[in-house]
Amino acid sequence: MKTKQSIPRKIVAYIKGNPIVVAMILVALYCCFTVDNFASMANFNNLASNTSVRFLIALGVSGCLITKGTDLSAGRQVGLAACIAGVLLQRADYTGRLFPNMPEMNMWVVLLIVLAIGCVIGCINGIIISILNVPPFIATLGTQTIVYGTCLIFTNAQPIGGFQKAYTTFLNGKLFKTEGFAGIPLYLVVAVIFFAIFWFLYNKTTYGKYMYAIGGNENAAEVSGVNTKKSKILIYTVAGFMYAMAGYLLAAKSGGASSGLGNGYELEAIAGSTIGGVSTTGGIGTVGGILVGVLVFELLKVVLQFLQVNPYYNYIAQGLVIVIAVALDIRKYVKKK
Amino acid sequence: MQEYRLEMRGVCKSFPGVKALDHAQLRLRPGTVHALMGENGAGKSTLMKCMFGIYEMDEGEVIFEGKPVKLSGPLEALEMGIAMVHQELQPIPARTVGENIFLGRYPMKKLFGIIPMVDHDKMYADTAALLKKVRMEFDPKQPLGELSVSQMQSVEIAKAVSANCKVLILDEPTSSLTQNEVEALFRIIEDLKADGVSIVYISHKMDEILRISDEVTIMRDGQYVGTWDAKELTTDLIITRMVGRELANLFPHRENVPGEVVFEVEDFTSINPRSFRDVNFNVRKGEILGVAGLVGAQRTELMEGLFGIRSHSKGTIKYQGKEMVINRPKDAIDNGIAMLTEDRRATGIMGVLSIADNISVASLLKYLHFGVAINNKKIEELVQDNIKKMNTKTPSSKTPIQSLSGGNQQKVLIGRWLANDPDVLILDEPTRGIDVGAKYEIYTIIAELAKQGKSIIMISSEMAEIIGMSDRVMVMCDGRVTGFIDGKDATQENIMELATQFE
Repeated sequence: MKTKQSIPRKIVAYIKGNPIVVAMILVALYCCFTVDNFASMANFNNLASNTSVRFLIALGVSGCLITKGTDLSAGRQVGLAACIAGVLLQRADYTGRLFPNMPEMNMWVVLLIVLAIGCVIGCINGIIISILNVPPFIATLGTQTIVYGTCLIFTNAQPIGGFQKAYTTFLNGKLFKTEGFAGIPLYLVVAVIFFAIFWFLYNKTTYGKYMYAIGGNENAAEVSGVNTKKSKILIYTVAGFMYAMAGYLLAAKSGGASSGLGNGYELEAIAGSTIGGVSTTGGIGTVGGILVGVLVFELLKVVLQFLQVNPYYNYIAQGLVIVIAVALDIRKYVKKK
Repeated sequence: MQEYRLEMRGVCKSFPGVKALDHAQLRLRPGTVHALMGENGAGKSTLMKCMFGIYEMDEGEVIFEGKPVKLSGPLEALEMGIAMVHQELQPIPARTVGENIFLGRYPMKKLFGIIPMVDHDKMYADTAALLKKVRMEFDPKQPLGELSVSQMQSVEIAKAVSANCKVLILDEPTSSLTQNEVEALFRIIEDLKADGVSIVYISHKMDEILRISDEVTIMRDGQYVGTWDAKELTTDLIITRMVGRELANLFPHRENVPGEVVFEVEDFTSINPRSFRDVNFNVRKGEILGVAGLVGAQRTELMEGLFGIRSHSKGTIKYQGKEMVINRPKDAIDNGIAMLTEDRRATGIMGVLSIADNISVASLLKYLHFGVAINNKKIEELVQDNIKKMNTKTPSSKTPIQSLSGGNQQKVLIGRWLANDPDVLILDEPTRGIDVGAKYEIYTIIAELAKQGKSIIMISSEMAEIIGMSDRVMVMCDGRVTGFIDGKDATQENIMELATQFE
């Protein structure tokens, strides 16, 4: 007894359900025609790579949000991963090297190290939340500070530069490059791969089904035989993995890292997810929606930049969008009565 | 004075995919008890929520004391004198009785004549007076969470009384009360009636309805069937009008044959000294064991202990002679036990998720491709099969479960457990808050499962259900098993005798 909707009706329903997304697309279209260089390849590449990295972070945090949790340590974890990757991948002949006597390491080995550390931090978050029963907001607020402190001690609060050529060129490179085709930025390829992996995880595995079940009603999930503690630890571990991945890419992208990197990214990720339909009341959210949400949020930043808005106002605009997005989301459930 | 205190006419209300009310109506006379009856999903609660301003009506009008009114929220309804005691109580357990009663309209005084502050002395004095009026005497400063469910309900009624209500809606007020508490409630209702309050009484219990009510309005599928004088009605007449067909029997004919003993529980004791202790019992293959007892007999706690939701300090559980270690629900499920919990909302449904997700959550591991990917096609088959077998009324398998009626939600939850093909099925109040028609369907399912050789343990607070469905009845009192009665010999009297054997 499926009710088939006609395509125009679907479009109207989408506009009603996602006013921020639609408004942002209209603004972007406006910019395409009125602002020079907005619809350029350079801007596209910039937007694509920014969105790709933020998307990875948002994917990480989405699992926490769907299970009615949150992860405020996301940004600092990205920063720590970037710093660790940066330090381990400094050129041997670079004068400002943090550990001058360390041999040069292979970038893939470093990737594995960074990812492993990310998993450990995420796992600790998960254990604090599900075994010690500390509310996620407080738990990750604590680990956020701990991770930041660790990062400061590790880097001695020094900026890190002088990365190996292989690391920066490979990650900033393009795939499928031919004479007639500029190629696809590697970041975009990584994002596409993780899109596919997470789509599979969320839709086709018990990992995803249990995640939604916990968000829908944790007690009921427990009674139905779901090991909710294990599920939540796994979700936060996967989140840590994703932040580490993003940090590793981000250091290469910016060609340097510092302990301040990643500050506030958790809010961007949470905002992106929420704009994309991840419900703050739990149990709802799709990978496609998260991508759209992050894209819209990045688009907002680019548009503000191109419209030459004073950068200080950007924060206010972004903050407003976050509040509006959550208010609209909550409205969907309140209005049901 | 108007003939009617309140009238609702032509009320329509739709939810996505469901027309919950279709020109429903209701007329309340002052100083009467008006029973509102209908199967689950007939629209009783929805109609009351429209009257109380929780829902907005799509169409229709409300006339209160001769004047048409438009209600936009519960606060407005309360101010007009309409109060409601909800089916699911919504108290704030950590705050005191007094604060719960006066929440949102605290008595105020002015400090130094200017700074407004809550007048606690007046609040607690008023609370004490109110509690006396509803014949409940406990400390107004006691945190609400320390009271029993029935006491909390009295507090809710006191709250309604304190608002000087002229219309009081009682939605399934006796579903978790003992017989004594029901009597106390009826005395309160008589008092209120004498004060001229119009009471809307929603219940599925026929004997209560016939005893307490003056008029009865019956609804079916969101439509108004009719209003009758309670004296003209009998149980059979009400049921016929509710379901729109004759119901030959309340319970189906059972063909199950209890076999050898398969499930054994020995010396099972809770970690909480006030809960279940030294419990010994067994269940045969294909047997339905009814578990009777008063509220507070720790029946639910015992079953949740067996299922691993609660901890036990000692005791063994065996299936076919093999001991099982159960520390959490997963262990129980892996050992072929299933449990339909008592509180559907708290531990049953996952509201925002689809029916398909709700049915499959406990059995996902059985539907994996290569041990990783979920076979959604197989799950959809399972779900469709379930919907058909259970006769679940839903627009599609993707509908969020929260938009179904209670009875249909319960069918989905039973389906969840059947998908696991369990050997032992624990059903805790399987028909609570479910209408007569759906009840019969659920009894049929239970009987069929027993016939297939499954062992069924059924907790119920409805005597008729225990007597009508059990092969054997286990009676509990205050955490102990006080005796067993053969199903054929069970009567209300001998069950009550065992259920009241306090130490």
